[in-house]
Amino acid sequence: MANVSAIATDLPVARPKYGSMNRDRIWALRWSYFFLVLFAIFFLLPPIYMLITSLKTSAEISAATNPWWVFNPTLDNYKELLTSNSYLTYFRNSAIVSVVVVSITMLISVPAAFALARMKFWGSATLATGVFLTYLIPETLLFIPLFKMFAIFNEWTGIALINRWWVLLILYPTLTVPFCTWIMIGYFASIPKELDEAALIDGATWMQTLTKIFIPVALPGLIAATIFAFTVSWAQFLYPLAFTTSADQLVLPVGIITSLIKGDVFNWGQIMTGALLGAAPPLIIYAFLMDYYIAGLTAGATKG
Amino acid sequence: MAEVTLSKIVKKYDEVEAVRGIDLDISDHEFVVLVGPSGCGKSTTLRMIAGLEDITGGEILIGGDIVNDVPPKDRDIAMVFQNYALYPHMTVAENMSFGLRLKRFPKAEIKKRVDEAARILDITELLERKPKALSGGQRQRVAMGRAIVRNPKVFLFDEPLSNLDAKLRVQMRTEIKKVHQKVRTTTVYVTHDQVEAMTLADRVVVMNHGLIEQVGPPNELYHSPRTRFVAGFIGSPAMNFIPARIEQNGSGLAIKLNDKLAFPVPEARKTRYEKYAGKNDMLLGLRPEHITEAHGHMEPGKIPFDANLEVTEPMGMETLVYFPLNGTQICGRVNPKAGAQDGAPMQLAADLNNMHLIDAASGRVL
Repeated sequence: MANVSAIATDLPVARPKYGSMNRDRIWALRWSYFFLVLFAIFFLLPPIYMLITSLKTSAEISAATNPWWVFNPTLDNYKELLTSNSYLTYFRNSAIVSVVVVSITMLISVPAAFALARMKFWGSATLATGVFLTYLIPETLLFIPLFKMFAIFNEWTGIALINRWWVLLILYPTLTVPFCTWIMIGYFASIPKELDEAALIDGATWMQTLTKIFIPVALPGLIAATIFAFTVSWAQFLYPLAFTTSADQLVLPVGIITSLIKGDVFNWGQIMTGALLGAAPPLIIYAFLMDYYIAGLTAGATKG
Repeated sequence: MAEVTLSKIVKKYDEVEAVRGIDLDISDHEFVVLVGPSGCGKSTTLRMIAGLEDITGGEILIGGDIVNDVPPKDRDIAMVFQNYALYPHMTVAENMSFGLRLKRFPKAEIKKRVDEAARILDITELLERKPKALSGGQRQRVAMGRAIVRNPKVFLFDEPLSNLDAKLRVQMRTEIKKVHQKVRTTTVYVTHDQVEAMTLADRVVVMNHGLIEQVGPPNELYHSPRTRFVAGFIGSPAMNFIPARIEQNGSGLAIKLNDKLAFPVPEARKTRYEKYAGKNDMLLGLRPEHITEAHGHMEPGKIPFDANLEVTEPMGMETLVYFPLNGTQICGRVNPKAGAQDGAPMQLAADLNNMHLIDAASGRVL
């Protein structure tokens, strides 16, 4: 026995792998990568297909060739759209509506969230829940009563609200304000109470506490809310479809559909180009604010 | 700088009375520490002085003016919070100057005050850093700096050292004392740590269940507690309370602990305790340092007795010994060279010159 153990000690000893991953973890990672890649393919295929189609002529799109390859790449679709007055009008309408809606949303929801999160007043908790509940009502339920309200308003005052692009400035905040208020309440609630008490003792008014302390500290949340409001306004389809009809009043998502689908003729190349160009602004905003956005989504998770 | 007066202050949360009518006069330049267990109302009292809590009843005066309805910013106070409450997006200098900037002080004046406070607190080289780049102790200094630059009438400290580790706490305690010696601003300091209270305060206010148990200089509270609560709360390890009975013993008095053990009451205390002779439900209060090892020639009033030690805790400069007596665990402090051992018998001596007699029912020290 003594001999055996002596020999055994001469053999190379399996060294403990410090800091290395165990088998379970390696497998967990492999599966994660597998599904992540699957997801990435699943979600990236449509935009790639859009890009490929946007570079084709109408003839090539309808030809029975490989749909995943461009044989005669062309930028005609882009040229036509970017020189088309109506497309630029939709784009401009969308841009104005989104920017103004984001501003209106922030101007309302940030002070509202601050008041609901911090200034304890009678009914503030109920009100905060109420704000969230309004968000839960789907827009498909709202647009018919809203339409009716606008019609009655028109009867009484003579002011037409239907088929005006700026009416979207009133409509979109009904979607964005409740949700943004709700996220901002969460952010503001995660800021320690002592911070506003310190500001209060330092001589700050409620408004100064909001602008000088809360907004800078909750900046990630503010950016998350901004991105949300922008995305909702930019991509909103149902309200503009229902409330605007004339070509000069349309926003991008509706404009592309109404002007590029004529009867049963689908101008696929331009539809894809228009949608791709239309997706650019949110994409650019995401890219710039991504770091903040991620921080915004995860902050508050640990602070309760 | 100003005096602070609390007059019959009451604070109710719905039906719960957190503070139950307290009176307190704090004079100019004084350092007063409110101390007590959690939930005793000390923080609520401080927050009422700050104006962060509404007052249910009574009056608070700062510098002679009633401030019940004055908002915090107009009370001319500065507060240091337990979790520092530094503004995370501002540098140290911006944190310190925030209040002055809101009051639109001239830039030169702000700089002068910030520099001066930074010098007092030794944080000059940190002025451009953000709070996240500071250690706990440094953050605490900045929080104090923010209070100092305002040059307020009153400093309020809400358990400022609780988040620091033990060593830093002792160090910062000294710093706070030094700062107060330099700026002499009236200070109200809240803590649950009786050592902090003893070391910092000109006067300690012991609170319990929303009431003030006793107010006095640290030594007075230590040597002449008025209630069992104060006697037990101030001092570490805490005072021993041994069930006892006072009996007439010939011409003198004796404090009888059980059938075997009775200590004669020193002459000086005789007249004070005479009227309680024969009464049950008494407690003998003796601090651990008044239970020491017995030796040959002992001064009058020190009475030897035998104890079976259960546990001994060597502390270096002394050894704490624990033994059972009358159903309670008693702590004594003996010389480390006296040979105290776990589980061994030892002859100890009780110094009855420093005894306290407590009425168990009312909790009053007689």
